[in-house]
Amino acid sequence: MAVPAGAWLAVIGPNGAGKSTLLKAMMGLLPHDGEVLVGGRGVRRMKPRERGRLIAYAPQNPLLPPDMTVADYAILGRTPYIPYLARETAHDRDVTRSVLDRLDLAAFADRPLGHLSGGERQRVVLARALTQQAPILLLDEPTTALDLGHQQQVLELLDRLRLDDGLTVVTTLHDLSLAGQYADTLLLLSEGHAAASGPPQDVLTEPLLTRHFDAHVQVTHTHGRPVIHLIRPANR
Amino acid sequence: MTRHRFRLWALGAAVVVLLGSMAAGLLVGAAGLAPGSVLYALLDRLPFVSIDSGLLPVEQGVLFELRVPRVLLAGLVGGLLAIAGAGYQGVFRNPLADPYLLGAAAGAGLTVTLVIVVTGDSGAVPVAAFAGAVGGVFLAYALGNTAGRGGGTATLVLAGVAVTSFLTAIQTFVQQLKVEELQRVYSWILGDVGGGWPQLVMIAPYALVSVVVMLAHGRLLDVLAVGDDEATSLGLHARRVRLFVLLAASLATASAVAVSGLIAFVGIVVPHVVRRLAGWSYRIVLPLSLLGGAAFLVIADLVARTVLAPAELPIGVVTAFVGAPFFVLVLRLTRRVET
Repeated sequence: MAVPAGAWLAVIGPNGAGKSTLLKAMMGLLPHDGEVLVGGRGVRRMKPRERGRLIAYAPQNPLLPPDMTVADYAILGRTPYIPYLARETAHDRDVTRSVLDRLDLAAFADRPLGHLSGGERQRVVLARALTQQAPILLLDEPTTALDLGHQQQVLELLDRLRLDDGLTVVTTLHDLSLAGQYADTLLLLSEGHAAASGPPQDVLTEPLLTRHFDAHVQVTHTHGRPVIHLIRPANR
Repeated sequence: MTRHRFRLWALGAAVVVLLGSMAAGLLVGAAGLAPGSVLYALLDRLPFVSIDSGLLPVEQGVLFELRVPRVLLAGLVGGLLAIAGAGYQGVFRNPLADPYLLGAAAGAGLTVTLVIVVTGDSGAVPVAAFAGAVGGVFLAYALGNTAGRGGGTATLVLAGVAVTSFLTAIQTFVQQLKVEELQRVYSWILGDVGGGWPQLVMIAPYALVSVVVMLAHGRLLDVLAVGDDEATSLGLHARRVRLFVLLAASLATASAVAVSGLIAFVGIVVPHVVRRLAGWSYRIVLPLSLLGGAAFLVIADLVARTVLAPAELPIGVVTAFVGAPFFVLVLRLTRRVET
């Protein structure tokens, strides 16, 4: 399958379907069959630093050293631009500062990561990915452990950044309604295989979800986007 | 840029502390040389300076053949152990890692025991200890790599534990074969920095290389702190960085072990204290550990050779005896919520 530049692809699927694994393979972190091409070039043949300037990746549970400050964490995104034994330049610090400003994190710059709330942590991880200035963002469950409001805020922010900067976004999302509302294209994985892909209304259908998630659902549409409701099975 | 200034300030303070401890180490000793004369004698050795110190030739000998190399060796060993400990902690992302984690101590213990028991010749001990330390780490690394795929650190630590137990078992067995040498083996284990100029010269090149390599990798260890997957996605060759730092830290440990035995506590406590005082970044933790470890061991050696003078305490006993309460004190003073 292909994802056009500037689009948002959400990878969905039941637990254990291979969503995170797919993302890691796209990042070249795992050995894999088949090929992942960016602009026609295979990611596994790229040098790590080159790939780091093209693709930014945030895992589902990023390791956030509690004593590291927000600014120090965010500037790690500049790593692919810094030669092996060199240090950050003034430009790297400028980029980091402007990203923190953009994500309303400037006031947090000197705060240790251990003192942040869940929503703030997610924004900080996003900041680190943005300082990488990569045209492609791979985010594994960016809304994990966030409450409703923060889930929405993070995804709105992501969409705004995507539109402003023309970023291509690939996320895994376990919340199907959110996936349907934000992504242009969905990829449904089941048992390690692509079970369906296409625009949300073609993938988020009752038959497909029933089959692959083993769930009783009802799909309605709001503003043309599918919304998934879990329905308690009758007579049990 | 306030933090940049803070780091410079911290480094400057550490240098002052180190120089102070070295001055104390040079001025005080069992031979009872007058501090003023020692000072003059030292200044006399500077280029273009000529002062009559009033020290007798014998006293000059005590100063330049015993005290000066001893202070330098203590400083070098302490610095090496502390920076190696910091390096291991960065590689394993674990503040409890110490320089002996991967079998360096057990390897050196075995070869030294073999040399003492089989040949009875102490002259070969430093070389044997160096080879043993390097061999132990190599064994653990080879084992860890065959047992664990993907280069994770947990397997490596377990391999280190296995190698340590195995080599220690052999060492104990060899020791039992010749119990009368037990005292010599034991006193080597407890540590000593009285090796003089030859030993200082022997380890200097290895020390220099390992320290330079580790200091150069401070920023990269900071990147590794966010995890292997993310570090790799940031364009870092995580396994390669880890290997370089491990090699350098192991070389530093082997150098220290070769000339000083198995001095405990320095490699784990000094980086920890530094982290409490100066922050998490390896860019500051590594150089400060080097300086702080050097100062700490110079002081420990001073205590070791003066408290019961003319008898000497094993320096390893002092590091633990002085270090443990100091460590507790620092932990209390910088008390905070664990996250």
